[in-house]
Amino acid sequence: MDNLLVAENVSKSFGEFKALNDVSIAVPRGSVFGLLGPNGAGKTTLIRIINQITMPDTGMVLLDGEPLKADDIRHIGYLPEERGLYKSMKVGEQALYLSQLKGLSRPEARKRLKYWFDRLEIGDWWNKKIQELSKGMAQKIQFVVTVLHEPKLLIFDEPFSGFDPINANLIKDEILRLRDAGATVIFSTHRMESVEEMCDHIALLNHSEKILDGKLIDIKREYRANTYEIGLITPDHTSTEALIREHFELIPANFKTINEEFQCKVKIPENTSANQLVNFLTSKGQLTHFVEVVPSANDIFIQTVQNN
Amino acid sequence: MNHLSLIIQREYLTKVKNRAFIIMTFLSPLIMVGIFSLVAYLSSINNDNVRNISVLDESGLFISEFESGDNLKYKMVTGENLSEAKKTVEESGDYGLLYIPKVDSLDELAEQITFYSEDSPSITVLDNIENTIEDKVNTIKLKDAGMDPEEIEALQIRIDTKLETFGGEQTSELSTWLKLGFGGLSGYLLFMFIIIYGNMIMRSVIEEKTSRIIEVIISSVKPVKLLLGKIIGTSLAGVTQFLAWVILLGIFATVLSSVFGIDPAAAQQQQALEQAQALTGNENMLQEFMTEFFKLPLLNLVIMFVLFFIGGYLLYASLYAAIGAAVDSETDTQQFLLPILMPLILAVYVGFFTVFDNPHGTVSQVFSFIPFTSPVVMLMRIPFGVPLWQQILSVVILFATFIGTVWFAAKIYRVGILMYGKKASYKELIKWLKY
Repeated sequence: MDNLLVAENVSKSFGEFKALNDVSIAVPRGSVFGLLGPNGAGKTTLIRIINQITMPDTGMVLLDGEPLKADDIRHIGYLPEERGLYKSMKVGEQALYLSQLKGLSRPEARKRLKYWFDRLEIGDWWNKKIQELSKGMAQKIQFVVTVLHEPKLLIFDEPFSGFDPINANLIKDEILRLRDAGATVIFSTHRMESVEEMCDHIALLNHSEKILDGKLIDIKREYRANTYEIGLITPDHTSTEALIREHFELIPANFKTINEEFQCKVKIPENTSANQLVNFLTSKGQLTHFVEVVPSANDIFIQTVQNN
Repeated sequence: MNHLSLIIQREYLTKVKNRAFIIMTFLSPLIMVGIFSLVAYLSSINNDNVRNISVLDESGLFISEFESGDNLKYKMVTGENLSEAKKTVEESGDYGLLYIPKVDSLDELAEQITFYSEDSPSITVLDNIENTIEDKVNTIKLKDAGMDPEEIEALQIRIDTKLETFGGEQTSELSTWLKLGFGGLSGYLLFMFIIIYGNMIMRSVIEEKTSRIIEVIISSVKPVKLLLGKIIGTSLAGVTQFLAWVILLGIFATVLSSVFGIDPAAAQQQQALEQAQALTGNENMLQEFMTEFFKLPLLNLVIMFVLFFIGGYLLYASLYAAIGAAVDSETDTQQFLLPILMPLILAVYVGFFTVFDNPHGTVSQVFSFIPFTSPVVMLMRIPFGVPLWQQILSVVILFATFIGTVWFAAKIYRVGILMYGKKASYKELIKWLKY
């Protein structure tokens, strides 16, 4: 597979504390790569190593197959979790300054900023000072500055914090649009529903080590439990339950539907197909609800970290 | 445009455009001129106050001795005894009554003269009275001893010690004053510059940390470059402010003296003038001043001023930046600032007391080699003539230490700017050096 960014056996210690222990990840080109893990797992350290803010003790990072070099910062856009802007500087000046640090010329930066400011409808903020803006407004400007130099690798650390749902959605759409335009995205967050929505690949760090990685779909397949959620209209719920228990493993469940029906989760053995379960159920009553229980990113996260 | 010049430009412009900075630039010289004028004005009204003193001279020796001046008027009292005179003076609200009793001998007189007043009389008044009486009594005694006071006056001679170095170079006390002035001024200037703009750098580092922009910036720029740009940008702003102060001070002083007729510098100038005249005994003092001025090792002074100024300032500036990176807010800086300020203040004290007393004494020499005090102390010593090898050695030590502190500061800075909400201790800092 074609990987834009590869980290090989990266380790980093701060004094006695081992922040990363032999971590390797591969970020496929054109994907959204979720970097997940509990607080203090080492995500930020890994991201800082990719950004050359911190140097790894051992291991290396390759961008486009080449070891990272100082000039590569032009190809990376990084939105850190701890972020801010100069409070007393005007929005426009500040955005121009930060873009120029990323290697854009002043006129080019101005042109692109105008495009983005119009796009996010923040054009009239140009002469405002940051301290006059709300947190969400400042976040928008930071987002623009991160993507302005059209880097091939975008790194977002909790990009949605501080946004209301409407703006969070707006930013999510922009990130996906940038991916469709060819950018590769590394995305670190604790919000599992956005992982679900956006990530193609994930890597899970815990206690400075990588404990899981791969395509999100593959991981879900791996974590499927052959469990189905069913709704069945029968005259007598108690006898139905007993009947199912005779053949399958039953887990009580409660979900909302429009029918008054018997509800439960059923786990079938590995070698049984879903059809057999359906056939069995339809013979007992009217089947109104039948869906495979797919493990959510949230479930996988909690399960893996707790078992680790 | 490359990163460094971009950073310098930003640091410079944000400092110079800052409202507080602009206000301080204009206000400081105004305040200085204002205070000088106020002091000049106040002392002038103070002297306007005329003091009337009644003199009851029963001895009859001093009838025509007391000369009234602008601020001190003497009035001879006649026809009243002491208690009557006291009452009159007290009722009239005059300053006081000088009572000279009639006595047999002059020695007795010296102990019996009394001054009555509302409250303790001013020293200047007493001086004036005592001098007058002493002069008169001395004259009488000289005459009694058979000597002519005028003759004695004529016999007295003023001594002007001519100064010459072993090398045959003629010097004067004026040149010593000039050297003190030069050394003191440059040393003190550096001291002030370090404190004002070092603090400014520290605050600017703290600002980047608390506003959390730092991580955004250093994903584009190496921290050392940011540090360097910050120091240079702030220094340029500092130089700009200093120049503005000099120019504005000149303008304000000129305007003030021409418009209001108050010359804030007049008092000092006059004093300096008198002092210089007394010292040299030379009427043409400007010429003298210029000759002495050009006798100073000017080229040496200027070159060394620039070197020590840059070296000393950068040495301290990098430490200030390191402190800024180590703390989370300005209130946490105290414990780290103290060890920086100590050597600086020590340097100024050593400079003003030890060096001025003996520029080439052991203490002066030692302190002019220690890199944390050498910029101030050596700058004060140089006008008195320091061997070139000493100057060069001191500069070399200073710059070697400077490289060391920059390395140290950069390490602390690199780690510190990413440490949020952690209270740094010295132990912590040493750990950071190993990261």
